[in-house]
Amino acid sequence: MTTHATQAVTLPGSLNEAVAALAAMPAAVPVAGGTDLMASVNAGLLRPAALVGLGRISEIRGWQYQDGHALLGAGLTHARIGRPDFAALIPALAAAARAAGPPQIRNAGTLGGNIASAAATGDTLPVLAALEATLVIAGPGGARREVPVSHLLAGMEMLSPGELIGFVRVPLLHAPQTFLKATGRTGPGRALASVALVLDPARRGVRCAVGAVAPMPLRPLEAEQWVASLIDWDGERTLVPEALTAFGEYVAAACIPDAAPAPDGTQEQLPPAVLHLRRTVAALARRALGRALS
Amino acid sequence: MSDEATATAPPVEEPLPHGLGASLPPAEARAKTEGTFPYAADLWAEGLLWAAVLRSPHPHARILSIDTTHAREMPGVRAVITHEDVPGAPLPGHRAADRPVFASDVVRHHGEAIAAVAADHPDTARMAAAAVLVEYEVLEPVTDPEQSFAAEPLHPDGNLIRHIPLRHGDQDAVGEIVVEGQYRIGRQDPAPIGAEAGLAVPRPDGGVELYIASTDPHGDRDLAAARYGLEPERVKVVVTGVPGATGDREDQSFQLPLGLLALRTGCPVKLTATREESFLGHAHRHPTLLRYRHHADAEGKLVKVEAQILLDAGAYADTSSEALAAAVSFACGPYVVPHAFIEGWAVRTNNPPSGHVRGEGALQVCAAYEAQMDKLAKKLGIDPAELRLRNAMATGDVLPTGQTVTCPAPVAELLGAVRDFPLPELPRDTPEADWLLPGGPEGAGEPGAVRRGVGYGIGMVHMLGAEGTDEVSTATVKVHDGVATVICAAVETGQGFTTLARQIVQDTLGIDEVQVAPVDTDQPPAGPGCRGRHTWVSGGAVERAAKMVRTQLLQPLAHKFGMSTELLQIADGKITSYDGVLSTTVTEAMDGKELWATAQCRPHPTEPLDADGQGDAFVGLAFCAIRAVVDVDIELGSVRVVELAVAQDVGRVLNPVQLAARIEAGVTQGVGAALTENLRTPRGLVRHPDFTGYALPTSLDAPDIRIVKLVEERDVVAPFGAKAASAVPVVASPAAVASAVRAATGRPVNRLPIRPQAAVVTNASAPAMVSTD
Repeated sequence: MTTHATQAVTLPGSLNEAVAALAAMPAAVPVAGGTDLMASVNAGLLRPAALVGLGRISEIRGWQYQDGHALLGAGLTHARIGRPDFAALIPALAAAARAAGPPQIRNAGTLGGNIASAAATGDTLPVLAALEATLVIAGPGGARREVPVSHLLAGMEMLSPGELIGFVRVPLLHAPQTFLKATGRTGPGRALASVALVLDPARRGVRCAVGAVAPMPLRPLEAEQWVASLIDWDGERTLVPEALTAFGEYVAAACIPDAAPAPDGTQEQLPPAVLHLRRTVAALARRALGRALS
Repeated sequence: MSDEATATAPPVEEPLPHGLGASLPPAEARAKTEGTFPYAADLWAEGLLWAAVLRSPHPHARILSIDTTHAREMPGVRAVITHEDVPGAPLPGHRAADRPVFASDVVRHHGEAIAAVAADHPDTARMAAAAVLVEYEVLEPVTDPEQSFAAEPLHPDGNLIRHIPLRHGDQDAVGEIVVEGQYRIGRQDPAPIGAEAGLAVPRPDGGVELYIASTDPHGDRDLAAARYGLEPERVKVVVTGVPGATGDREDQSFQLPLGLLALRTGCPVKLTATREESFLGHAHRHPTLLRYRHHADAEGKLVKVEAQILLDAGAYADTSSEALAAAVSFACGPYVVPHAFIEGWAVRTNNPPSGHVRGEGALQVCAAYEAQMDKLAKKLGIDPAELRLRNAMATGDVLPTGQTVTCPAPVAELLGAVRDFPLPELPRDTPEADWLLPGGPEGAGEPGAVRRGVGYGIGMVHMLGAEGTDEVSTATVKVHDGVATVICAAVETGQGFTTLARQIVQDTLGIDEVQVAPVDTDQPPAGPGCRGRHTWVSGGAVERAAKMVRTQLLQPLAHKFGMSTELLQIADGKITSYDGVLSTTVTEAMDGKELWATAQCRPHPTEPLDADGQGDAFVGLAFCAIRAVVDVDIELGSVRVVELAVAQDVGRVLNPVQLAARIEAGVTQGVGAALTENLRTPRGLVRHPDFTGYALPTSLDAPDIRIVKLVEERDVVAPFGAKAASAVPVVASPAAVASAVRAATGRPVNRLPIRPQAAVVTNASAPAMVSTD
């Protein structure tokens, strides 16, 4: 039984048609995999007057190469991203996509949808943040503009009405990357915390982002710079275990800081659940770096 | 109505298994697999209206006014009802006697029903329900059961629902070794995948028919009739397909408004609950706080158990009194304890109501007494299984209630079986990348941080109602034209009753084709479907009725040949005498007649617990021992249950495949209670009422389940000698998982579900690693 009667569904065949359809029906809502949107509709929380389905836009369902970058279509599903050929290109994004829920969700849910939903627990988001990915946004009249993914997630730049995320530009780093996620169970579940870590040998950098502990992925920039300075980029690229542990704790303290001391100088202890979260982030960051360097 | 459209039998290709002891498949299995089995949500009637229920957003509030004007005026709305439109009174003595249909002056829990709407479209009904203006004066909720004793009464009946001070033996006895602990058990939800739904159809005589997935049709009918101000005969409950029941169905906050709306509008009214409403409406497992002190001698023999057990009943009493009786009576577990002082309370709070979820009371205390046994073993330096064996209960021992255990109680045999079963191998020969580690296949698990632990849990439950409940069931067996039909108001809740009924009749009458009639309240009562009742009382009634039909069938033949009916046997559609001289077909003997018989089964009576918690309160007991093997990532605190080895006291195996399925389902529900299932209600508000927030075990969370032994020691007082099998594995498995996590981490693990921070080991001197070295 469906209790929702949506008036109009448009199925454009190209990105420009989709943007035009949104311009023609300002009340319409774009839908790709629908794994978030339709759940809200079925729960009676949303009643979109019209839907613009993005499933038939073949140009955003694959990827292409562009001067050292991959231009990923926003309509790529998690299932597609998780496959071995994609994993050879951007291993951390593939790992995040494989960890993103049960097969039914991965078959439907898309990369662009994960970004647009911008849930704190979105699994691909810390990877995109660590990769410093850029969004290619399609606007009316064939207009394209580029926005760093972190700007969109932080709310510094927003999608304007009628705009769609078309592509995600991601650098191809040709170096180890990891994505690790802690959940409450063995089966698929939302992240309690996640860490994405990529090595960038060309720029001699380590980039790391922590997901699920804040409304958007967090970048521990100082910890990144510190650990990158320890690595012998021209040699073995290994670190002693103590350095890995210190990196984990550095990342965790940056993302889950102690409460500011009270005016009288006393320091309030973090609640046990928050301390556990911090320990979890530390363990994930340590393991992520260890695996990337092994 | 589509209720007659029950499953079509699978195509007969080879002789199907038949009779008791065979794995007869359920008749509806095919339809359920193919998705064509009709549940209540699939019902339809011409011209039906849709209902919606307005629920309180507050856990505790005074209702200052309810204004339904706007809702009534909305186009398409046919009726809006509130507490003023409930003509009848509560049914005294019923488990819902203290609970209004709609809140009138006070709201006592988040999600309590306040008004209901019938409209021509479900959207209209929901919008109209939202348009009912309720003015609340929000009150401070009482959410901590310990605060409930001193709080203002939340209900005219007061906050204390029941108090049992059980005193057994010498209160001054002390042991050489004493261990203490405090334990907390969370709120498990029965979380049925099929949410509540129903259809009410008014009758020309002014009565109403309720088509609902009830598990206690006559109880629900009596309750509804009292509330509707009608005689019970004018309310008929027709049971639709029940989408699985591990607790009571259906919830009264759906079914009572449904019938009232049908009576008010004169039209059929349908209601299907959303997932959120489902979580808000039905009863949950009792969150429990337990304090224990065990005394033992130097050899580890238990001397005395002292315990305090506090059940959070939520806003209404429901079945809390029965749950408390079970918790107090089984507080020491299946161990011989000469002296016991157990004090139990069930109190009201502004949390969602707790009620019947299988193994209630017994599950909570099992987690606590097994934790105490682990503590005791550690303190004495004895192997935990050995300590349990030294104290194991057997037939002839006495429960702390003073009742002698007369049924088979093979506790030592069960524990021995799981202890001696070979442990699962470490995955040494598979590449590390393929190990299924805590956290799952794409998780963060690291072999070097994983510790393996082994633990034990032994559960016990009572079967049938306790403390003087009149347990009775009535069944009719009809044979005509080579087909037998069973008419019995025992509801198939997934426990397999209809399959069992077919097997019983096949065995007794030698007729392979047996149908089980759909259930409604025009049939004689069979009682609620819980605590393994129907295998016992309804199965017993079916057997007696079938035997009476058998006598009717064989009497003329026996008379003709001058022999007793006992010397004749029926098999494969043929009647033969013991010496093989006489042989005729059943069809011939029937001679076109129709044979009917009705019989009742009523087990021996029980008595209520007295002022000291003493009394023969239970008809029968069932036991189950589980050995859990877990892997714990000691840095992240993530737990994966690797294997559960189960040995169970089943009396007699009636259907091997179905029995295994019940045990597997039960232990998996227990794994949920141990690790993930906890409906959180901060400040009385239900949080995350959905299957993303409320994490049921998935196939990846379910461990390998090894049924290593089924002890078939027949219970002589039970029909067929069989014991109920569904509840006791649920009781034992959380305790076993917690025990194994304790062994893996050395942490106390005194709270269920086990939170990751309780399974983290921060000091470096942890036990041996799982790694391949």
